[in-house]
Amino acid sequence: MSRRPRFGAIALAVTAAALLSACGDDGDDAAAPSGVASGPGDDAPGGTVTVLAAASLTESFETLADQLGDDHPDLEIVYSFGPSSGLVEQLLAGAPADVLATADTTTMDDAVAGGVVDSAPEIFARNTLALAVPAGNPAGVTGLADLANPDLRIAICEPQVPCGSSAQRLLDAAGVTAAPDTLTTDVKEAASLVALGEADAALIYLTDAAAVGDAVETIDVPEANTVVNEYPVAVLADAPNPEGAQALLDAITGEPGRSILDAAGFLPAQ
Amino acid sequence: MSRTRRRQDPRVPAVLLIPAALGVAILVLPMVGLVLRAPWGGLPSILTSDEVLTALRLSLVTATVSTGVALVCGVPVAWLLARTRLPGRSVLRGLVTVPLVLPPVVGGVALLMVFGRRGLVGGWLHDTFGISLPFTTEAVVLAQVFVAMPFLIVAVEGALRTADRRYEDVAATLGATSWTTFRRVTLPGVAPGVLAGAVLCWARALGEFGATVTFAGSFPGTTRTLPLEAYVAINAGDTEVAIVLSLLMIAVSVTILVGLRDRWIGTS
Repeated sequence: MSRRPRFGAIALAVTAAALLSACGDDGDDAAAPSGVASGPGDDAPGGTVTVLAAASLTESFETLADQLGDDHPDLEIVYSFGPSSGLVEQLLAGAPADVLATADTTTMDDAVAGGVVDSAPEIFARNTLALAVPAGNPAGVTGLADLANPDLRIAICEPQVPCGSSAQRLLDAAGVTAAPDTLTTDVKEAASLVALGEADAALIYLTDAAAVGDAVETIDVPEANTVVNEYPVAVLADAPNPEGAQALLDAITGEPGRSILDAAGFLPAQ
Repeated sequence: MSRTRRRQDPRVPAVLLIPAALGVAILVLPMVGLVLRAPWGGLPSILTSDEVLTALRLSLVTATVSTGVALVCGVPVAWLLARTRLPGRSVLRGLVTVPLVLPPVVGGVALLMVFGRRGLVGGWLHDTFGISLPFTTEAVVLAQVFVAMPFLIVAVEGALRTADRRYEDVAATLGATSWTTFRRVTLPGVAPGVLAGAVLCWARALGEFGATVTFAGSFPGTTRTLPLEAYVAINAGDTEVAIVLSLLMIAVSVTILVGLRDRWIGTS
């Protein structure tokens, strides 16, 4: 009887202390650990760089982080991929991060208007949509007009996220009223529904169709070139690690970013 | 407390009080925050908007149908677990309660692998009958049953275990068949437990998100329930709509908990 309660008391005290210190970190200080993780050196940028990036950039940016590791061994890059609109919303709510890369200028403008970006965002890539179908095209989709067929399972992004607003512009340009069965929160979700064969067709970025590989095919859409997304990137106003953020931004807008984005199928910035 | 000897409250050691206060703060502050941030002025117009009403209707219908399915299938499961000596009964109990602790998204992926168009069962359904479950309201119900039925099973099994079995024995000696005994003696005896389980099950189904969005997708009117609508709203930057939807769900949850506490769980 004399031992166990004491252990319990110690455990509780430790828990309480941990919680208290965790609570003490709340607010503005929460971002501090990312900047001081390994301490930025005098010449080479180091530490952790936290990047919020559009879901469509997943593969390219991960490759970029791998390659950067050779030049900047002290730089650790942490990504959070998601719908651009949702990422901006997280930033406005106070999420600590260093770099924001979105899939269209509208969402980046929201970030600028909200004060989380105070530098001029730089366009680093462009992207177009593709009509993606599962390998073998089981539903026999031939073009955008098939998206109006209520018998087909169609996945399109939410209208509020960049791939969804682009899809709407493309459908408008083609004069098609789509009959989607599900509206996905980001483009990767739509891509995986096609890859799984659960959706007969989806409007996703050309680069996402390429990233999925053999599980999907794309159908040529003549109107696709009329709707082009511009991808802006910016260092955030409250970046805990501005040097590291700038180093990453340079790598995205210059080399090796340019080559990696080219290989993934992104169009160069104009 | 009233039946046992009255005892003085023990002095609360600070080492318990501080983490307890933190714990309460962690649980209660988020809800207080929602109430403080709520756009009370815009509340009526948001609550009566088409999107919210559509999602609310879909949520109420699917949660109720799911609870019905859970009752029909879950009560017999609970009975098997509580009253029989099936070999592997504890394994069965473990299996049917896994969804209680499973991340719902995992449930959604699993449902997609089984009932998706290329899934184990779904592939057969699609090829034979042309039925495709994902992206339908039926898929929402299936996802809700998957995550919510274990709550009902656990509640009903508990009630069955604590029920007095002598009534069943008497019924049997008076010549009642086992089905009659179940229907006329066992079930009425555990009715409060079944009701409590059904209400918990309904509340869990109403709040179901992860399995639904993964397996059933998200489309207004067919699959986009209240929690999905709230998620879409926050991602689209419609914070006010997200807050109102959240308050709506909190109100439902609190009402249910208060109701349950007073009637079936009992307060001290």
